[in-house]
Amino acid sequence: MKRLRFNQQEIVFAVFAVLFLAFSIFLRGFLTPENMLTLLQNVAVLGILGLAMALVVIGRGIDISLIAALAVPPGLVLQMVQNGHSLPASLLTAVLLTIAFGLVNGWLIAYAEVPSLFATLATGLLLAGLGQAALFQLDVVQWSDGMKGFERLGQGTIAGIPTSIVMFAIACVVVAFLLRQTRWGAYIYAIGDNPYAARVTGIPSRPIIVLQYVVAALIGCFAGLVMAASVNSMPTRVFNSTLIYDVILVVVLGGIGLSGGRGGVLNVIIGTLLIGTMLNGMTIMDISYAGQNLVKGVVLLLAVITDSFLNPRNEETAQQGDI
Amino acid sequence: MRDTLTSLRYRYWPDHLLGEILSKRWTETAIPVILLLIVGFALSRSIDHFLSPASLADTARQAGEIGFIGLGMALVVIVGGIDLSVGSIFALTDFCALYLLDVLNWPVPAVVVATLACGALLGAVNGVLIGYLRLRAFITTLITLIIYRSAFDLLIQRYSNSIAAAFPDIPSWNFIGGGDVFGIPSVALVYIAIAIFGHIFMTRLRPGWHITAIGGSRRSAYNSGIPVRRTIALCYVASGVLTSIAALFFAARLGTVGGDIGVGLEVIVLTATVLGGITLGGGKGSVAKSLVGVLIVLLITNGLTTLNARGGINRMALAGILLVAAMVDIRWQKNRTRIISKVYVAPTYHALPPPPATEIGQGGPFEQNDKLRDVELIGLGRIEAPEDVILDRNNNLYAGSRHGDIMRFFAPDYQRMEVFAHIGGQPLGMAFDRQDNLYVCIGGMGLYRIAPDGTVEKATDETNRSMHSVNDDSRLRLADDLDITDDGLIFFSEATVRYEMDEWPIDGLEARGNGRIICYDTKTGATHTALRGLKFPNGICVASDGQSILFAETFGCSIKRLWFAGPKKGQVEVVMDNLPGYPDNINLASDGNYWLALVGMRSPSLDLAWKMPGFRRRMAKRVPVDEWLFPNINTGCVVKFNEQGKILESFWDLRGENHPMITSMREHRGYLYLGGIMNNRIGRYKLDNADPNYVQYDKRWGKAS
Repeated sequence: MKRLRFNQQEIVFAVFAVLFLAFSIFLRGFLTPENMLTLLQNVAVLGILGLAMALVVIGRGIDISLIAALAVPPGLVLQMVQNGHSLPASLLTAVLLTIAFGLVNGWLIAYAEVPSLFATLATGLLLAGLGQAALFQLDVVQWSDGMKGFERLGQGTIAGIPTSIVMFAIACVVVAFLLRQTRWGAYIYAIGDNPYAARVTGIPSRPIIVLQYVVAALIGCFAGLVMAASVNSMPTRVFNSTLIYDVILVVVLGGIGLSGGRGGVLNVIIGTLLIGTMLNGMTIMDISYAGQNLVKGVVLLLAVITDSFLNPRNEETAQQGDI
Repeated sequence: MRDTLTSLRYRYWPDHLLGEILSKRWTETAIPVILLLIVGFALSRSIDHFLSPASLADTARQAGEIGFIGLGMALVVIVGGIDLSVGSIFALTDFCALYLLDVLNWPVPAVVVATLACGALLGAVNGVLIGYLRLRAFITTLITLIIYRSAFDLLIQRYSNSIAAAFPDIPSWNFIGGGDVFGIPSVALVYIAIAIFGHIFMTRLRPGWHITAIGGSRRSAYNSGIPVRRTIALCYVASGVLTSIAALFFAARLGTVGGDIGVGLEVIVLTATVLGGITLGGGKGSVAKSLVGVLIVLLITNGLTTLNARGGINRMALAGILLVAAMVDIRWQKNRTRIISKVYVAPTYHALPPPPATEIGQGGPFEQNDKLRDVELIGLGRIEAPEDVILDRNNNLYAGSRHGDIMRFFAPDYQRMEVFAHIGGQPLGMAFDRQDNLYVCIGGMGLYRIAPDGTVEKATDETNRSMHSVNDDSRLRLADDLDITDDGLIFFSEATVRYEMDEWPIDGLEARGNGRIICYDTKTGATHTALRGLKFPNGICVASDGQSILFAETFGCSIKRLWFAGPKKGQVEVVMDNLPGYPDNINLASDGNYWLALVGMRSPSLDLAWKMPGFRRRMAKRVPVDEWLFPNINTGCVVKFNEQGKILESFWDLRGENHPMITSMREHRGYLYLGGIMNNRIGRYKLDNADPNYVQYDKRWGKAS
């Protein structure tokens, strides 16, 4: 008889379903269209960041500097417009900065062979420090008149759906297309699965890795713009928060293993939904922020433990340095 | 003139030290230490009073606190994991200490114990999850970071006011926070004690080795029976305890519980760990590295704060240094072996006069002939690499083989062959003692004794370490040939202390006096180095006077005599020099003279190259090993020489088929038995005019009763 086995994606989906059901039944006001939209709206930015992270993690890397890419280039846009520059010029500068940042990340990881964890840890600090020291006058960069119209990226609705959700959906489609329909996406999976084999096969793994970090940074910047548009400012101190850990959790909980080569956009959506449902339910239950974090952490831990029981790591094939 | 200058330059300038120093493990710590010195120097130049006692004491307090967490992180990283939850554990244990002291009014010792227990418990959660349940360290500690942090947030919402309201004035608590002994802060003292213990633990104790082994290769550690899961779990517990120690000192120093305590601490500690050179992925690291990393990070952050740099610049500096250090570290780890192999070979000046002629028709003692053309072959294709051959009193023939065995061929026809003893390393020179024990030099292992019944025993594998040597030369790398004196002293040669057995031709390329003669006393079991600085000492034979040994210096192309007893004790004298080839083993002949094998002949090109050390160094750096100019060992001969160093006779194989290359020969009952380290056969040559009853060890030790 075939043994029943679940992968992490299915477990997380089951947890999500159970939670969703439980909340729908026991929580008044949970299963309403308005609340569903709020739920999605709250996690849209997290989801977009999750997509960027997924891209990198599938290629057997990790990008801790995403929050810096989220905070600094969009902050620069706001600051430049505030200082009297035109919006397109500011946007162009921010995009160029983001691309340069992604190139630095990619070069460090692909060519200088610094482990991605450290390279992005350091470059994130570098970019955040740069923003703090040279670019921004205040920690929170305010919206100014020159930005008029741009807030539609994060506010309002398109065909009845809040814009930020639409943006998340667009990002999902774009990333799914990149990963599934382009040769570049296939290469990322190959590199994540076995970097050495990929290189031997003739895949230009180094340029691909660089590209991967550039795209991730661009998506991060996009998430930042959506976020700034939705709150009408750019709180650059977001870099100090634990947001990056939430992003990693979305990705890992969704079932994209940190050892690379597995997963896709669907996993990010599931991970995002789970976190969104939990946070929304707890907000309705009026649990404090810290309490929410506590519950979130414990649930995540239980999910990971369950996964380890159902799919134990093999002592023989565990890779050295596989943390 | 130029030759003189070259010879002086190579004689007194220690070229070989660079490679030896670089191959030491401690040079890995050198890069972070240099960085620390640069940072310290730069900051002390730009900031007044940066190195004043007060400032140093302040730095020491912070260094101690972060240092404890750094030690925990180092331990976890060495075992192959990572602990991101240290910042939250720090906050929680800090709260624990202050809550117990200020709200519950516990006595200080109880607070200390309870806080440490709390840290151990929090670490144990990580440990059980990662060690026993085998979750991924990164994601698990990420989750516990969030859980612990939110628990802390919940707790301080309730208790921060009552903690802030209390002003405990307890001497012992104040001492923990701000006390010092002779100006050294209490926290630094405790740190020093724990660091010293940690160093001993990691380098000298079994659990420390287990930790390094697991980090180096978890699978191998598991397969060799190390309790992988328990060890990993305990590392996380230790990390928790060390973090709680840091929190204790912090709590005693500041006495507050702010909401942002310990936020981002994991990044600082991780930065320090990487800067110190502890490789992520495990298996490498030390207490010193952790300390150096912590100091660098603290000096930079404190220095920049003192300089009133904006927070952003502070971050950028930290990040920039982290990046540069990581890049340098990675490049160094990756290319270290290659750099060392490039600079390790350090050729030196070695001049020899033109060799005596060997061509047919030129006359002279070395004139080539074809005497060995038709030697009888023993064990053809059945034995590999018989470097030395020896016969016992019962006419049985023994020879070493490449597979680590001593083979025995039975008299009278030497057709039947058996494995006499298995040793495991390649047997080289052999000699029988008075009790018929066979002493064998084993390349890479040392001197071994084989009893007549075939049991193998180690005689010695180490000697006294020389004071001035950078390489640890106490272990024997290439014991080569031996002989036993009447008093039971065994003199044996160690060809080189700088290369392994398989790299011996490189030593010839270097032509430095890397070899030595070692004396093992069979009565006391003591070993000491008798003579060092020899150019590949090889064959050894006790001379007929019983007071000296003759030894061959292969790449010195000479035979020398060392007196070990009598009036000239300790002196060395040249017997023959400027041989036309590279001398190998020396053995007694039946007429009181000596047999000598020349393993290869000199060539004008290598003779010239030996006078050009720079040329050989460039060759070693730029040309692949198999293209190097090596000493020739394809052709050689056997010669007989007398006590005065005069060559009496020579034996050649001109056809170059059976025995062009000979490393050893042994005379026995009118025959000469020939061995060669590259050969798959043993030769047997009928000697004219030789004593047909000559048995070397009967003559040497007297007939067996």
